Amino acid sequence: MIQLKSVSKKFKLFNQQNAIIPVIENANLNVNPGECVALVGASGSGKSTLMRMIYGNYLATSGSILVDGINLTKAEPREILEVRKRKLGYVSQFLRVVPRVPTLKVVAEPLLSIGKPEAESLEMAEALLEELNIPKKLWQLSPTTFSGGEQQRVNIARGFCYAFPALLLDEPTASLDKENRDIVISLINRAKNKGTAIVGIFHDQHARELICDREIEVKKFTPDRNGSDA
Amino acid sequence: MTPLLKVENLKKNYGTQIGCSGISFNLHPGEVMGIVGESGSGKSTLLNCLAGHLQPDEGSVFYNTKTDGLVDTILMNEPDRRMLGRTDWAFVHQNPRDGLRMSISAGGNVGERLMAVGERHYGHIRENALSWIDQVEISTDRIDDRPSTFSGGMQQRLQIARNLVTGPRLVFMDEPTGGLDVSVQARLLDLLRNLVIKMNLSAIIVTHDLAVVRLLADRLMVMKSGHVIESGLTDQVLDDPQHAYTQLLVSSVLQV
Repeated sequence: MIQLKSVSKKFKLFNQQNAIIPVIENANLNVNPGECVALVGASGSGKSTLMRMIYGNYLATSGSILVDGINLTKAEPREILEVRKRKLGYVSQFLRVVPRVPTLKVVAEPLLSIGKPEAESLEMAEALLEELNIPKKLWQLSPTTFSGGEQQRVNIARGFCYAFPALLLDEPTASLDKENRDIVISLINRAKNKGTAIVGIFHDQHARELICDREIEVKKFTPDRNGSDA
Repeated sequence: MTPLLKVENLKKNYGTQIGCSGISFNLHPGEVMGIVGESGSGKSTLLNCLAGHLQPDEGSVFYNTKTDGLVDTILMNEPDRRMLGRTDWAFVHQNPRDGLRMSISAGGNVGERLMAVGERHYGHIRENALSWIDQVEISTDRIDDRPSTFSGGMQQRLQIARNLVTGPRLVFMDEPTGGLDVSVQARLLDLLRNLVIKMNLSAIIVTHDLAVVRLLADRLMVMKSGHVIESGLTDQVLDDPQHAYTQLLVSSVLQV
């Protein structure tokens, strides 16, 4: 479902002494439907960079990234947007929303954008918000003023509202209490059982053990920057 | 798929000064493209060439018309181009005074576009105007007031209503939120975003405000000194800019 073939990434910072920072070198990865792969490594090792490249947010310097057979490194912007709409979801660490839009609409948006009827979409969103313990009186408010944990759960609800065949999760359980963490874990496992291919960053060891089938050390894709890596 | 707009090698000089040069791109139905760059980079020149307000020196602008397919709008005769401007196209000016008639009522401003395409039934025109004034969140009891009595944000929303009433397919916008205070900007952007999705509009938005394009645009073109230096998916260009100037532009934004 998600396939990386000798992917590399170098950042060139023109305004900072033209510094060239190689982050990823020759990354290969293959994630099958229903499989969950955790990216592990110290901070700065390139986990997020790798995730963002898969989402088309960062350009790969070389190599190819395929999601359901579509090569994102060669795709037009509208083709990438289409993949994001129907194939590849992304739950980031932070919620980014337009002020004024009520929580329920924020969660239902992925369904509405693929043309699902409004009533059906909102019903699905309600069920997810309910499951994730977001108080009903908050549903009609914009999530901008919610607490960190609430925002994260809204973000998760949004990511799971539509059954994406491929999903990227960036620390989905980071700022949650135990009870909510278990709910999120079961949500992820349910998606897996339905065949969703997942790549994620989970710092929470417990969650990782319950969800992931494989761990990938990102360090093995990290080029030796100044010889001190060994 | 046939693009809605197909631009090839467009060039416009002011004497020896470059306005814009070597511009080529395709815009597909439902796509929103942002053009960003500093003042004087050629953004508005390009937009005016595309919308038929300026005659380019070289190149072509093909538009996929409903009846005849792709037609070069630069070689089109003036009446046809004006008809396109009244029906399929819309142009939202930075200053609402440029896009509105300040001395006729708000309803008249919206109704005039309808009359220009042949609507004559006063009842229908008023009903339609009322519905649009409501959609752009102006209180309907202001329909008979002149836009000169409106606030800047209301004038801008009225201009949008006037432009969209004829159900255009392509909207050109020149700094639609310039000159508005921040709270009004957010409201206008949210409104525009919903209308774009609901009406499946294609749009080209010129702005120097990166927050505007992040919210509205699917893709971006970055201009400098009349040339396009970088283009791509909006969040990719903003989060992983490849060109020295774009990196400078993105890193110059003050964090709130």
